[in-house]
Amino acid sequence: MERADVDTTIRSLIEPFNKKGIEIADTTTFSGDLEFDSLTVMDFVAAIEDEFDIIISMNQQAEIETYGQLIDAVVKLQG
Amino acid sequence: MSDLFDKFQPMIDLRAGLLASGVEDPFGLVMERVVSPTVAICNGRETILLGTYNYMGMTFDPDVIAAGKEALDDFGSGTTGSRVLNGTYIGHKQVEEALKDFYAMDHAMVFSTGYQANLGVISTMAGKGDYVVLDIDSHASIWDGCKMGDAEVVPFKHNDVEAMEKRLKRIPEDAGKLVVLEGVYSMLGDIAPLKEMIGIARAHGAMVLVDEAHSMGFIGPNGRGVAEDQGVLDQVDFVIGTFSKSVGTVGGFCVSNHPKFEILRLVCRPYVFTASLPPSVVATAATSIRKLMHSGNKRAHLWENSKTLHRGLKERGFQLGTDEPQSAIISVIMPDLERGAAMWEALLTEGLYVNLARPPATPANMTLLRCSLCAEHSAEQVGTIIGMFERAGKAAGIIG
Repeated sequence: MERADVDTTIRSLIEPFNKKGIEIADTTTFSGDLEFDSLTVMDFVAAIEDEFDIIISMNQQAEIETYGQLIDAVVKLQG
Repeated sequence: MSDLFDKFQPMIDLRAGLLASGVEDPFGLVMERVVSPTVAICNGRETILLGTYNYMGMTFDPDVIAAGKEALDDFGSGTTGSRVLNGTYIGHKQVEEALKDFYAMDHAMVFSTGYQANLGVISTMAGKGDYVVLDIDSHASIWDGCKMGDAEVVPFKHNDVEAMEKRLKRIPEDAGKLVVLEGVYSMLGDIAPLKEMIGIARAHGAMVLVDEAHSMGFIGPNGRGVAEDQGVLDQVDFVIGTFSKSVGTVGGFCVSNHPKFEILRLVCRPYVFTASLPPSVVATAATSIRKLMHSGNKRAHLWENSKTLHRGLKERGFQLGTDEPQSAIISVIMPDLERGAAMWEALLTEGLYVNLARPPATPANMTLLRCSLCAEHSAEQVGTIIGMFERAGKAAGIIG
């Protein structure tokens, strides 16, 4: 899947977790802008993992702070 | 210059706010005198203990006490050394023999705490490039073991068999895999579907570690834990346990049937680089473990206590962590920290001690009043406890 397609898919996956309807850009941060707590992160990551049939380990999650970094990571993890 | 304490400011503020409301410090209780496994004097008041992990009430067992005193006289107050240097006494071998007999397993390794047992075994077994697949509600010692070992850490939703299987499927087939589960999850007192989970884990080529800290001595026909109760203990590679709960002292252990297990004594850093347990501690533990093998009647009474308390609290309108009692832990869910702390204090005033548990220890940001029962609680005490909950619950506005 191309980056743009990954972006589109994840944009729809993030919607139920984006409770305040924050506008999402590549620089949007999960903990700061979106205020995701650890439980939200787990559910959101699980949704992405199931959609793309990948694993994003906690070690990899630790490197991901922004939405753009997440898209890049998922593109890469698809192999 | 930045103050490295600044990162704790939110916690400092939260605590100050709570204490400013006039509530007694729930994390600063001191027991002035301990009368029995179920009664202590706190703030000059006789208090029923319903928040200890003394499930089998072994702390005042006369045989256990006698063994400890004898070891103090014969071997002194401490070993002042590592297990692999000067810290292995005959008592350490004897407690490992007792564990092997208790679990009917080939190997046993004793650590200085339960925390170190998880830290040591997980970090040593799952290293860089390996995968640890674990329940999101795992104990802090399990998470810390993952971090220290530098393996890829893959959590799944609490007790979700399907979520676990999906993740196992996606891990490269040739990678080393360790699935880490707990028999009883200590915050809500719920048990894991170990039979299903372990079957799936093994089908995907993973080794399995089960932490049975809160089930040892109580759950299973021989008190070996939830894996024994569900008939899958023979499929577990590592059972982790502790002496600080049913055994009634302090220390941790791992038992295993793996033929290469003994090498861990040389490569496991939390085992090697710390002092071994004092002789009196291993002597009390060995005596207690051997007595726990023949404690069927106590186990039956503890189940009675757990069922009675669960039913009594449910009938009075409290929201509980499990629909049915699954262990010796009954968790009462509080609406928030403020009212949880008020209820905790109201109970203490009644003469009852329970654990106030709050995030990050609790799942889903819950505030819990955690009750853990003891085989030495009498039926009468359990009745008294239910009455105290009813009065305190009404005073704190938790129940109508």
